[in-house]
Amino acid sequence: MNLRTLVWRELSERPSAMLTSTLAILLGVTALVAIRHVTVFSEREVGTQLQSLGANVLVLPKGATLQDYYSADLTAQTLPESHVSSILLANLAGVERLSPKLCVAAKVGDRPVTLTGILPQSEFQAKAAWQSVSLFSNKHEGCTKAACGPKTYDGAPESLATQRTIDQLKGNEAVIGADVAEFADLQAGRSIDLFGESLQVLAVLPRTGTVDDSRVFAHLHTVQRMTHAGEVVNAIEVMGCCEDAAGGLVPKLIELLPDAKVVTISQVVSTQVGINRLMGQMSLFVLSILVVVGGASVASTISSNVRERRREVGTLMALGATPGLVTRMFLLKALILGLVGGVGGCALGLVAAMLLGSQWAGVTVTPLPDLLLIAIAAALGITTIAAYWPARSAARLDPCCCFSDI
Amino acid sequence: MFHLQGITKVYRKRRQEVTAFRADQLDIAGGEYVAVVGPSGSGKTTLLSLLGGMLSPDTGEVLFDGQSLYDLSLVERTRLRRERIGFVFQTFNLVPYLTALENVQVPLYLGGIAASEQRNRASALLEQLGLGNRLDHKPGELSTGQQQRVALARTLANNPRLILADEPTGNLDPESREAILSLFDGFVRDGRTIVMVTHDPAAAARATRKVLLRDGAIEVEPDVSRSAA
Repeated sequence: MNLRTLVWRELSERPSAMLTSTLAILLGVTALVAIRHVTVFSEREVGTQLQSLGANVLVLPKGATLQDYYSADLTAQTLPESHVSSILLANLAGVERLSPKLCVAAKVGDRPVTLTGILPQSEFQAKAAWQSVSLFSNKHEGCTKAACGPKTYDGAPESLATQRTIDQLKGNEAVIGADVAEFADLQAGRSIDLFGESLQVLAVLPRTGTVDDSRVFAHLHTVQRMTHAGEVVNAIEVMGCCEDAAGGLVPKLIELLPDAKVVTISQVVSTQVGINRLMGQMSLFVLSILVVVGGASVASTISSNVRERRREVGTLMALGATPGLVTRMFLLKALILGLVGGVGGCALGLVAAMLLGSQWAGVTVTPLPDLLLIAIAAALGITTIAAYWPARSAARLDPCCCFSDI
Repeated sequence: MFHLQGITKVYRKRRQEVTAFRADQLDIAGGEYVAVVGPSGSGKTTLLSLLGGMLSPDTGEVLFDGQSLYDLSLVERTRLRRERIGFVFQTFNLVPYLTALENVQVPLYLGGIAASEQRNRASALLEQLGLGNRLDHKPGELSTGQQQRVALARTLANNPRLILADEPTGNLDPESREAILSLFDGFVRDGRTIVMVTHDPAAAARATRKVLLRDGAIEVEPDVSRSAA
């Protein structure tokens, strides 16, 4: 027999009452953990996009709307391909590469894919030489590229997934996303049939978790010819040398291409940033609910428990229990309730975040140990503080209440 | 053992004062078997609480073995109660969610006895009281007589020299009542002191001394056949 046995026996006698009294804590922690997990991973996703694409600028048709950078070119509206030459010839400071894109819906077997026409960098070099301009050599003032580390471009076709451009791509070649390769059982060297033509698979892109996984990339002019789209593109991706360049490029591009819409990655993710901010505020609101409702629930549970057990407490005091021990008895009970609510809430919140994270914010959620520990500590802290006064009142009970006629 | 001098205890409720107990002087010697009798509300339980160190008087002092009980701190009084006083209750006051064995272990745990020693002593006591086959039964699974014997085992766990009993036979059938009173007789023979509040004339008759209370005062002490005064 010890204090733990004494408390645990009482709790295990009525487990349903224990679960009911910890419900508010459990639900509060569940909501807190779920929201914070999704928020943290969403913020990380935004941060990753800003870091990897922060220097990029998108040139889109005027009426285009977008929420996802990777699907920016999936629009029915088009721009004239001549805009690519206009940007190239303008020799704007800070531009390192260009990637025009034209997207069309296609099918591989009976599965829908997005056929995306892209222009390899080799064609820009040829065009620059023909136009007698120095290709992408005009650095802007205060360029921080060196501070961000050298930005080198890999020549391998697989690097299209991360660099957004490809160096070499012939008219009869294609680079395919991971999903397409999987369901069509394709690999480099095999051929893929689209719009009645056969393209040779140059490379399979590594999985990215974006819409690029279900794309087939081919030469822009091949796609234009196959689909009779004419000399148009859906979007032009402009890779800046550094993040500072992106901000400076936007007004120049707007001036150069008045019929186009020019956006930076910061603008693309601004909606997500807003949602993240809202979820951050929501988690503070949930925390306050947890403190008020959870705390009140535990305080009420322990108070009524003290009232119900007056004679038992009086008897224990008659038998020699000190007021300190009686206080500890009720505080330990509250701690167990807090632990059950905290751990249960963490488990439920984590499952909810993992299930709903992809739907809420398009992110994959994994457990954040620090956050889980903080949530459990919060639950324990709230229950302990809430139970303190009822526990103290138990310790001040008149031990004479152990006698029957008092 | 006890010397009460100039005691009054007044309860105040809704601006009304009720003198629950008063005694100019009351002495209880070690080894006495005292029955406190009187009608309901006469102050019997107040006297028991005063003797148990659980209710401080408004005036006067309660000396226990020459020591003023209410000059001790709360913790010191708790320790004294744990080590030297045992309580027996009318409704047994067993902890409902603990087994018979665990109920008897409670005072041993409070006394700081190690868990294995607690189990050994508690099971030995329950065996002595004929409950060796009921160690793991909860109070709700025991008859009233068995519950009172578990409560007695709990009372004896710390080997107290003084037993304060509040209507110990009030809820028992005649057979169980006789068993309990026989155990009390044995306790007195062992040299323990018993102060028993009772309405039961037969139980009171087993005591060596009767204290009659009426309206909070000791009215007469007629039956002075002290065994150890």
